[in-house]
Amino acid sequence: MHVILANLPLYLTGMATTLEICLYAGALSLLIGTILAGFRVSPLPPLRGVGTSWVTVFRNCPLTVVLFFMAFGFPELGINFPYFWFGTVGLALYTSAFVCEAIRSGINSVPPGQAEAARSIGLGFGQSLTSVVLPQAVRTVVPPLGSVIIAMIKNSAIVGAFGVGGDLYAAGITLTSARGEAALPVLTGVVIGYLLITVPAGLLLGTLERKVAVLR
Amino acid sequence: MTNSVLYETPGPRAKRRAFYASFGVGAALLAAAAWALIQLGRRGQLTAEKWGPLIDPTNATFATLWNFLGQGLLRTLQVAALAMALSLVIGTALALTRITSAAWYRWAVVGVVELLRGIPVVIAIFFAARVLPELGIDLPTAWYLVIGLTAYNSVIIAEILRAGILSLPRGQSEAAYAIGMRRRQVLFSVLLPQAFRSMLPALISQLVVVLKDTSLGFVIGYQEFVRQGQISIQELNNPIQAYFVIAVVFIVVNYALSRVAVFTEHRLSRRSAAGATTLAQREPVGK
Repeated sequence: MHVILANLPLYLTGMATTLEICLYAGALSLLIGTILAGFRVSPLPPLRGVGTSWVTVFRNCPLTVVLFFMAFGFPELGINFPYFWFGTVGLALYTSAFVCEAIRSGINSVPPGQAEAARSIGLGFGQSLTSVVLPQAVRTVVPPLGSVIIAMIKNSAIVGAFGVGGDLYAAGITLTSARGEAALPVLTGVVIGYLLITVPAGLLLGTLERKVAVLR
Repeated sequence: MTNSVLYETPGPRAKRRAFYASFGVGAALLAAAAWALIQLGRRGQLTAEKWGPLIDPTNATFATLWNFLGQGLLRTLQVAALAMALSLVIGTALALTRITSAAWYRWAVVGVVELLRGIPVVIAIFFAARVLPELGIDLPTAWYLVIGLTAYNSVIIAEILRAGILSLPRGQSEAAYAIGMRRRQVLFSVLLPQAFRSMLPALISQLVVVLKDTSLGFVIGYQEFVRQGQISIQELNNPIQAYFVIAVVFIVVNYALSRVAVFTEHRLSRRSAAGATTLAQREPVGK
């Protein structure tokens, strides 16, 4: 316990960096995932193809490989970002595939009558998707989206393992490897840090779920 | 065909428009791909020197490289299989204790499940590799990876199985008790086999997750597939090409596994649908 209290600032800045990664990656993946879900139900076959192959690639490829590719492959092409952004964008791309699948299942769960009614008052595909179907779909997918987002928070530790300096995982590595502290108390602190993020996030999503639930 | 409800069945004009739009999108995609290829070519990423060892069987280093990568892939598959088998055993035990035991014990299991579900799997692996040696338990590196993966996945499998048992109709256990089975017999010969079968697709999907997560062995320096690839890159200096091939291998294996999951799901739903009709046909006999 002493180690945790003595290095509290390191843990706290670590948590802040982890939260920062999750905030950016979460927002980006929700955006990309929603657009992809739109692609996957669109009337144009090439767009459906893009959506399907994106999901197949990122769902079946380990996040580690995605991150390695971005961190070591992109510089070869002359694309250089700060490491933080490679990690965050990689995490967002990976998560967007799972977001897309969650939202698509939500679109499928909206009763067909809704879309039929939208069509019969003359709305086109884009209009009926964005103003009738998606608003309802997003409400029904809060629970699965919630577990995707919580999985993303946990996956942010992998981004940390790539040496995005100063996140919670990196704090654990610094203390155990660089300063030679005993691993058990240090890593217990890291675990508590992650639980302090994931458990409230779970509770928050539960509340959100009750608030926006659609009664059918 | 649930999606087609979102747009009208296209008439001749809409079909024509859709054709031109598809053509436009397809052309844009092809242009993007061509641009990417040109950029790759310009930066010397399409040379036989970089790709040859990976894809050209006549290349001098091809056999050595794939022998090296194959060892890694084998280790990846071994660790994944071992972690999955252990997770299944421990997960089943956890699910059963959570359903059957005394209240305080059940709460302990709930605590463990929630704790392990809330921490990142990479932390679980790192924890196993660093803390166990401190406690005097020295194992080969592979086992730390297996232990970390098992700790994380067994609780998820426990939850899957528990959901499977709880979703069975009450009549199943009632009938089993009625013919005089004991609690243990009810669980092991009636409830568990059915829960396993109905949850088989979810269990196979979890296997995909385990397989992907073995690549986290790099944090503890275990030489699985991705790590072997990394080592080969230091020699051959071809990160883009090597990670591309590694990604393709993972995608092919995992995609095949998820197809198996979908296939079993179809088979199971067909079988239970068939079961329902026979029950329905039998019903009038009782009247």
